[in-house]
Amino acid sequence: MARDVLLALEGISKTYPGVKANDDVTFSIGAGEVHALLGENGAGKSTLVKMIYGLVRPDDGRMTLRSAAYAPAKPSEARAAGVAMVFQHFSLFDALNVAENVALGMDNPPPMRELAGRIREVSEGYGLPLDPSRLVGDLSAGERQRVEIIRCLLQDPKLLIMDEPTSVLTPQEVAILFGTLRQLAAEGTSILYISHKLEEIRALCDAATILRRGKVVGTCTPAEKSARELAEMMVGMTLKSPEREAAEPGPVALKVMGLSLASPSAFGTSLKNIGFEVRQGEVLGIGGVAGNGQDELMLALSGEMRAPRDAVQIHGRGIGDTGPNERRKGGLCTAPEERLGHAAAPDMSLTENALLSAGVRRVLTRKGFIDWPKTRAYAEAVVSTFDVRTPGVGTAARALSGGNLQKFVLGREIMQEPEVIIVNQPTWGVDAAAAAFIRQALLDRASKGAAVVVISQDIDEIMEIADRFAALNEGRLSAPVPTKGLTIDRIGLMLGGAHGMHEAEGPAHVHS
Amino acid sequence: MDFGSINPVILIASLMVAAVPIMLAAVGELVVEKSGVLNLGVEGMMVMGAICGFITAVETGSPFLGFLGGAAGGAGLSLVFALLTQVFLANQVATGLALTLFGLGLSALMGQGYNGIKPPLTPDVPFGPLAQIPALGPILFAHDWVVYFSVAVIAVTWWVLKATRLGLIIRAVGESHDAAHALGYKVNRIRLGCITFGGAMAGMGGAYVSLVRVPQWVDGITAGAGWIALAIVVFASWRPWRVLIGAYLFGGITVLQLNLQAAGSAIPVEYLSMSPYLITIIVLVIMSSGKGRAALNAPAVLGQNFHAAR
Repeated sequence: MARDVLLALEGISKTYPGVKANDDVTFSIGAGEVHALLGENGAGKSTLVKMIYGLVRPDDGRMTLRSAAYAPAKPSEARAAGVAMVFQHFSLFDALNVAENVALGMDNPPPMRELAGRIREVSEGYGLPLDPSRLVGDLSAGERQRVEIIRCLLQDPKLLIMDEPTSVLTPQEVAILFGTLRQLAAEGTSILYISHKLEEIRALCDAATILRRGKVVGTCTPAEKSARELAEMMVGMTLKSPEREAAEPGPVALKVMGLSLASPSAFGTSLKNIGFEVRQGEVLGIGGVAGNGQDELMLALSGEMRAPRDAVQIHGRGIGDTGPNERRKGGLCTAPEERLGHAAAPDMSLTENALLSAGVRRVLTRKGFIDWPKTRAYAEAVVSTFDVRTPGVGTAARALSGGNLQKFVLGREIMQEPEVIIVNQPTWGVDAAAAAFIRQALLDRASKGAAVVVISQDIDEIMEIADRFAALNEGRLSAPVPTKGLTIDRIGLMLGGAHGMHEAEGPAHVHS
Repeated sequence: MDFGSINPVILIASLMVAAVPIMLAAVGELVVEKSGVLNLGVEGMMVMGAICGFITAVETGSPFLGFLGGAAGGAGLSLVFALLTQVFLANQVATGLALTLFGLGLSALMGQGYNGIKPPLTPDVPFGPLAQIPALGPILFAHDWVVYFSVAVIAVTWWVLKATRLGLIIRAVGESHDAAHALGYKVNRIRLGCITFGGAMAGMGGAYVSLVRVPQWVDGITAGAGWIALAIVVFASWRPWRVLIGAYLFGGITVLQLNLQAAGSAIPVEYLSMSPYLITIIVLVIMSSGKGRAALNAPAVLGQNFHAAR
């Protein structure tokens, strides 16, 4: 490709105590190029971009920006050189308004009034409309990301770094974002795009550098490779699609009927007359765009939100009015979406976290006292069975990477051998290898006779593992249909809801 | 209630004076809390300011230097707090409480030999004929410079927090230290500055107690004013002008209680002494029951230590 090189990295290395985050990394980004940085969690992508953005200093190696030596000591130097970054976890302030948030990310912001005008101008120019006076806390995830992008664009960057930008976006928002990024690239801005959503990278990026354990293991043109080939380059081994033996589903294990509940949060979605059945050995996938009642449904099923007794039944027994521990006793285990702070207590060790959920079914207490050896043994069993990479079970949950903690959280539930298991976004923000592992584990549990409910915004995931599919839309659940033979158009219609056919066009491009 | 023997003009004039220590301490603490730090050691910093200011004024003979000394004393103690919480990441609540106890003890030690001495007088600002205006004169134009200074500090704090980049950064640090760090702001350094400012203001407030309000040195002279200042910050929901209102309100209660005592009121004064805390508890309850934390202005990471993970 006959592009001028904008940024070149040569032999970049960075060592943290006990781990070599980057080892002799060399690659370059052309002007106006959308360059993907691919790798599993912990492959060193984040450290690498932190060095480019001046948050971390490399131990070794050198960078050149437009043929000049480039070694930013702090982010403001990077910004001055024309490097801007959109963060994976948004670096926004909820209680401040859009303009103030933008001003904080600039080194010499103009006066507020002028800045507000420029925000309007730039945001509309790129198809990302934003009201500068709104509080960021009131914005949706997609709008928050716009704030970050606008903050970067106002500084007229030469290189825009995007760290996992689409993990919180709806398919519609992803489409808008891609439009903006293509426009930027056409105007000559280079984009360094970090993601492990391979289809997105294939659709968007001109070139890719693949990292594994801190080293560059390959470069390629993503459009010429299949998603599977890319994933295998990342992981360094052949990936297997999850599979299981076909089996006749057993009797109904979980039955939900007439479940209507008001949302506990002011901006939530209330559940409206939800009903479905899941048989033993069956996997039900519940799809839908975020914010259509997924969280509320999860709360109602886990027992964190109480419902009338017969609205939720296990094997015909009403448990709707019981709490989580009662439900665990009854054979229902759940894993919520938010790993840190909901599924796991961040500052407690894995052993303690194992006790918190498995204490009931695995009898880890004796007369009110914790049976530590037994609890530790259970946590160790989860760690070894689910291949959780951790120094030990005494490590705090917070210290684990997202994928590893997710494996632990799901393993903790699955190894309790529940008759019904309900998971929300089981592979959110998890790399390809771990995601495949988790999906396989769920299928294994189903083939051992459990009823599995997977709530997910990832339609591909549902199509891969679910037997039947139902769509959640504004708190209403469609009638489940078999996934075999289900077309994307049909799914789009279901996600759009029966009441508004025009909305159905949106989600249909999830596969594009 | 018997107001017969209380002259409202004198009451207002004296409540303005009574409010100065808690107003200074509260506005300092407001800035500290806006940056996300909860320093419960206000009482200790005030009492340190009281003794340092007292000693400086007595030794130099200058009340102005006395106030500077008081500010330095409060700031010095606050640096201990900053060292413990920002560098060694000690728990802020425990450190703040310890700071109060330490300040009370250290000030008593330093004050040995200063009991019963009169400090140099802080004169009223000469406004000439303005002070002769009926009612308005005694209320507005017959005070020492610190009274005007305290109102000016409120105004400046309000303006800085609302309209300047520095204020925006302070609010940002108190709102999300992780995000501020990611953008390249030095969280702990900004907090250090805020803590020192808070200490200096508390120290000045303390010096006002020992140099003007009382004016002499006795152990534990601030007598809980620091706790009232902490209460005012919450009562004011972290807004500078409401700190002014709160300080006048709570200062007024102090004055009123003395006057009522003198007037032989039937209401036990303890009820009035309790009222600032009761009001604060009510405000706290209303705050936590409502959903509008953002509207109430409370800093989101108040009391949490920040450590840059990598």
